[in-house]
Amino acid sequence: MSEITYLEAIRDAIREVMKEDESVFLLGEDIGLYGGSFGLTNGLFAEFGSERVKDTPISESAIIGTAVGSAITGMRPILEIMFSDFTGCGWDQIMNQAAKIRYMFGGKAKVPMVLRTASGGGAGFGPHHSQSLEALFAHIPGLKVVMPSNPYDAKGLFISSVYDNNPVIFLEHKCLYKNKKYAQEVPDGIYTIPLGKGEVKRPGKDISIVASSYMVQKSLEAAEILQKDMQINCEVVDLRTIRPLDIDIILESVKKTGKLMCVEEACSFGSFMGEVITQVIEKGFDLLDAPPIRIAGKNCPVPYSFILEQEMLPSVEKIKDGILNMLGKN
Amino acid sequence: MKECKVRECAIIKKKLTDLKDYKIVDRYSNLKKEEKVEMLKKMYHIRYFESEVEQFILKGQIYGTCHLYIGEEANAVGAITAIRKDDWIASHHRGHGHCIAKGSDINLMMAELIGKGNGYCKGKGGSMHIADLHTYNLGANGIVGGGMGVAVGAALTNKLKKKDGVVICFIGDGSTNNGIFHESLNISSVWKLPLIYYCENNQYGMSTSIANSTNIERLSDRKASYGIEGVTIDGNNVVDVYNVVSYFAEQCRTGKGPVFIEGLTYRWRGHSKHDSQVYRTKDEVEQWKEYDPIIRYKEFLIESEIITADEAKAIEDQAVKDIKAAVDFADKSPYPDLKEVETDVYAD
Ligand SMILES: Cc1ncc(C[n+]2csc(CCOP(=O)(O)OP(=O)(O)O)c2C)c(N)n1
Ligand SMILES: [Mg+2]
Repeated sequence: MSEITYLEAIRDAIREVMKEDESVFLLGEDIGLYGGSFGLTNGLFAEFGSERVKDTPISESAIIGTAVGSAITGMRPILEIMFSDFTGCGWDQIMNQAAKIRYMFGGKAKVPMVLRTASGGGAGFGPHHSQSLEALFAHIPGLKVVMPSNPYDAKGLFISSVYDNNPVIFLEHKCLYKNKKYAQEVPDGIYTIPLGKGEVKRPGKDISIVASSYMVQKSLEAAEILQKDMQINCEVVDLRTIRPLDIDIILESVKKTGKLMCVEEACSFGSFMGEVITQVIEKGFDLLDAPPIRIAGKNCPVPYSFILEQEMLPSVEKIKDGILNMLGKN
Repeated sequence: MKECKVRECAIIKKKLTDLKDYKIVDRYSNLKKEEKVEMLKKMYHIRYFESEVEQFILKGQIYGTCHLYIGEEANAVGAITAIRKDDWIASHHRGHGHCIAKGSDINLMMAELIGKGNGYCKGKGGSMHIADLHTYNLGANGIVGGGMGVAVGAALTNKLKKKDGVVICFIGDGSTNNGIFHESLNISSVWKLPLIYYCENNQYGMSTSIANSTNIERLSDRKASYGIEGVTIDGNNVVDVYNVVSYFAEQCRTGKGPVFIEGLTYRWRGHSKHDSQVYRTKDEVEQWKEYDPIIRYKEFLIESEIITADEAKAIEDQAVKDIKAAVDFADKSPYPDLKEVETDVYAD
């Protein structure tokens, strides 16, 4: 057990599964000696060699397609797409191949692969390197979509993703990667966290905040401040996996608080939290005693300039204000 | 202008440093003295612009990332000098040099880089997206190969509007392995579009050497698959670059279809903001630095008595001053108005 960052936890997970299972291998751009754009695969090339840690040319379609084909035929590939925005270059292989093959083949094939990629804004990378695309992935039947918020979850969810028999899109937030503030004690060796199970990260009774990935951390910070300054008691629900979605944990929470606020970084129009709110209304309308609200990214690409980027993205301040508005305390 | 000059500029051996005539000679170009001097100015501007950007990086003023063009200046300057002001270019992530060569205002570039509201893209794009339609520059691109389809479209417009313009699409060696490369080259060849693919082969795509990412001797060998002309040249020789691009630009204007030029060059700095460069040796870098495109060209200008050493020095000093002024301009410029965040998403 040692205190490690989110990035180190994912690396740890990769190392553990590679040690345990010969069929697991990595592929992606500059993941070998270079260690990947964020250094996440550092050391794995030295440990496992070039056959199992495969550097590729800049060929996203082929990388994803290779993973699909090798997965169907007996391997468990883990591929890296450097920034989630670049999945656009290989989208057909995700949407038409990875996601649909099992169904189209009448259930005869399995596609056990993990597509890991760095997602989200807040790091000044500009419009082509910062978007949150989870709604696109979650919209496609056949894909699972995982969005961990801390190192412990990241490791456990990653190991589950590798052993899952479906294509899993594993969205890692670049602002969580190396931030020591979010470092945690993480057990050595193998452990798993089931896909499709959320977790209450902070119990509360006044309002339910539902989030995933980095926004869980922001929500927890806002909840902390509201508790201290105004004795408002927020419950923070971390979805961890957005598809399958743990709707029960959300309904359970709303039953207690009567109020739902969803926090996400993606642009609000057509967003994933729109789905969450729809399901809560469909399944638990009577539990609500106020209209649910969303705190989300503004409806524009993620801009480069630091101050515009901050304006576009949700923040602790915006979450706090949203809650106060909802409770009529502003 | 004869075709032979392309052949003479073509490089036969494997690496620039294996052979090369270090010395620049100019047997063909019809460049006037002012144009030759202008090329040196542009190259110095790029060099010192990038050096200042490096300082911004060190000071933490460039928050995300950016890619420096130091060592590759001759490609942008030679190629862009060879086309007209109203010919379009499309650039890539390592795009500052193309911008400067095409005549962009360095003040507005610098302002964009540090996210100021009066920068080329109002601070919305940053280093990887500087675009300047007034100088016929379709912009840098954060997606490797992203500019290629766009360049095909611009070349098609020329054809549909019966204009004799050409388009230069700058790409890196790494982008030649992405799907869009194949699709763009093929379609532009079938449609005989006036499009010059200028591939800056700086030997690496991030950490991946071209030996590790392709199985061919020369990237220009790919011309065969598309039925187009292509050649590999010394991309650190600005005169060769100018000559070859002018020759092909003229061909393009007369409807002969696209061409593929591979300029051999070298990136002196790391790939981007963080790069420990474990994938190459210091020796290799030093070897390539001996082929400094600016020093080679300066020596050529002095030896051919186009300028004196003192004049060359004055040009260099002026470039340093201009860039310092741009930094000053950018530093003093205001940040964008927060209301701008959701504007420009749709056109009216
Ligand atoms: C589609 C896509 N894949 C990967 C990247 C990450 N990336 C940015 S630059 C680069 C290397 C590009 O190499 P090359 O085309 O040779 O240009 P150079 O950086 O050498 O100038 C990579 C892999 C990207 N921006 N877009
Ligand atoms: Mg390159």
